Amino acid sequence: MYNKDQLKEKAKKAKDKKGAIGPDINLDEFDQAPVPHSYLAEEDLCDLPQEEQERLIMSGLDVTEKERGGTYLQKDTSVIHCHSRQDGIEVIPIKKALEQYDWVKEYYWKLLAVDTDKYTAAAELALHDGYVIRALPGSKSIYPIQACLYLDKDGLQQNVHNLIIAEEDSELHIITGCATSPHLKRGAHVGISEFFVKKNAKLSFTMIHNWAEDMVVRPRSVAQVEEGGLFINNYICMKPVRSLQMYPTTHLVGKDAVARFYSIIVGSPGSEYDLGGRIFLKHPGNRAEIVARTISNGGKIIARGHLIGEVPGIKAHLECRGLILNGGLIHAIPELEGLADGVEMSHEAAVGKIAQEEIAYLMSRGLTEDEATSTIVRGFLSVDIPGLPPQLKAEIDKAIEESDKDVM
Amino acid sequence: MLKIDDLQVTLEDKEILKHIDLEIHPGETHVLFGPNGSGKTSLLMTIMGYSQYNVVAGKIIFKGKDITHMSIDERARMGIGMSYQRPPTINGLKTRQMVKLCAGHEMDENDLAKQVNFEQFLDRDVNAGFSGGEIKRSELLQLMAQKPDLMLFDEPESGVDMENISLVGKTIASLLQKNLLTIENKTRMQAKLERTKMGLIITHTGYILEYVAADKGQVLYDGILSCTNNPREILDCIEESGYEECVRCIIKTN
Repeated sequence: MYNKDQLKEKAKKAKDKKGAIGPDINLDEFDQAPVPHSYLAEEDLCDLPQEEQERLIMSGLDVTEKERGGTYLQKDTSVIHCHSRQDGIEVIPIKKALEQYDWVKEYYWKLLAVDTDKYTAAAELALHDGYVIRALPGSKSIYPIQACLYLDKDGLQQNVHNLIIAEEDSELHIITGCATSPHLKRGAHVGISEFFVKKNAKLSFTMIHNWAEDMVVRPRSVAQVEEGGLFINNYICMKPVRSLQMYPTTHLVGKDAVARFYSIIVGSPGSEYDLGGRIFLKHPGNRAEIVARTISNGGKIIARGHLIGEVPGIKAHLECRGLILNGGLIHAIPELEGLADGVEMSHEAAVGKIAQEEIAYLMSRGLTEDEATSTIVRGFLSVDIPGLPPQLKAEIDKAIEESDKDVM
Repeated sequence: MLKIDDLQVTLEDKEILKHIDLEIHPGETHVLFGPNGSGKTSLLMTIMGYSQYNVVAGKIIFKGKDITHMSIDERARMGIGMSYQRPPTINGLKTRQMVKLCAGHEMDENDLAKQVNFEQFLDRDVNAGFSGGEIKRSELLQLMAQKPDLMLFDEPESGVDMENISLVGKTIASLLQKNLLTIENKTRMQAKLERTKMGLIITHTGYILEYVAADKGQVLYDGILSCTNNPREILDCIEESGYEECVRCIIKTN
């Protein structure tokens, strides 16, 4: 099934193919040449420069690995650390995995076509690396696995491909950050992710992104959830970025499979975000939920959501709420497609401002107007995500807390 | 002390409070009666400082300071607090956090919540899907944490079920230092003399009088405050003759 030459051939044909949505990026403006960095042993992680550590921490990567089940850290194009601390959970750089393990080829480009657009093509033609994280059948992650794709070299285009596999009856939690070094101005990130949630497995994937102002970001991801499986996908981006466009797709391919997407976005001036998710409900008992909270304080945000109910006995809900605080634009595009009798699908979308009545209420409890406003904004951004481990909930809360100064 | 002097207020250019005079001394609780739409809530909101209530004449003095043009939060920090009838929902803000914000410092909100039978609501968003009675208990819990010196209650007993009415009544009495029995090692007289909290309670039913020994009652009718009297007597009069009698009173005194 896996044929390297065939993949390359297909990719080459698509290398100038524009993305279906979102502004087109001229990838020729970026450098794709590998940037070597030396590998760090576990004990050396703490020796990373303080400012780098701080950037990593903001994206949920803790170099002390306290309450983490394993780590994958890639700087520019090189893997600088990768290991699992828990039996039954594997963390392997994808290049090494493709060389050493035949089973990996069963998953590589399986859900996503290599010739989808120029970004998928680039990820095949000049793959830098990426991670394979797999929970073996029945194994449960005690602590989340952390992964971070760090960009240090100005003007670099980072191409990564990730495979995440939760085998039958397993439970896997991943926190993954993308961050840029404080001095980086400009760069591109192309990230391919394929998720496999097998029978009765549970996978939560929490992404916290901290980009630089002139970054262009094009993630491409597809997930497949089998019978009784649960996939939770969280995306948090509170920092400016030139252009971010992604439209992850999930296929529920077995009965009672469930997918939940949550995204929390703050759009800064000069930033453009086009994101959302699409979930296909193909079997009875499928459940899907897409929840988005967006705030624009001068940025442009397009929040999409598309639920497709193909059979009776499915339930799906889409909720998209936006606040415009300081100019900017929020365009909510919720879509429901029911293709059979007996589907239950709903959506609510709202774009507005903070209610003066709520501010006054908090002020009458002694808060200043600014304190009241930021309390309401924090509340707006905080979403209850059932099934998320406490460490990850804490990371999301922290990101929201830190966003305060950017929002105000 | 709260002293309101010849206060005239408009809301969207409509005159809603006319020449209001009111004095609440430390330790005193007043009860405000009046039919729907007579301006009771407007008076409370004006004292709290809601800017849509436009003070066109008169003054509000609190603790010796003219607060007529102070912002809501300045008044709150001076010691004015309010129990709302229909407060807004704050999505994503847990009642637990709200109680801490009211207190202004770290505190054990569980203990406080227990007193108003509200522990099971601490992890719910503020006022989200609360019933009428739950809102009232949530408001009281917030005031218990905030500890204002002047408390404005907008119909604190409306929507409260029979099971909770005495809890709500007793809690208000305790907030206003009207429950003399709970103060330890003090004679009743001592406790009464040391009482400082002030209250202004809007009520339709008068149930609250069963629990709170209010000092004075007043009737607000069509924006005019009248009939300072024993609150029981006013209630009895309203029950017998309706607010019609108050109108006659107003005509007579003017």
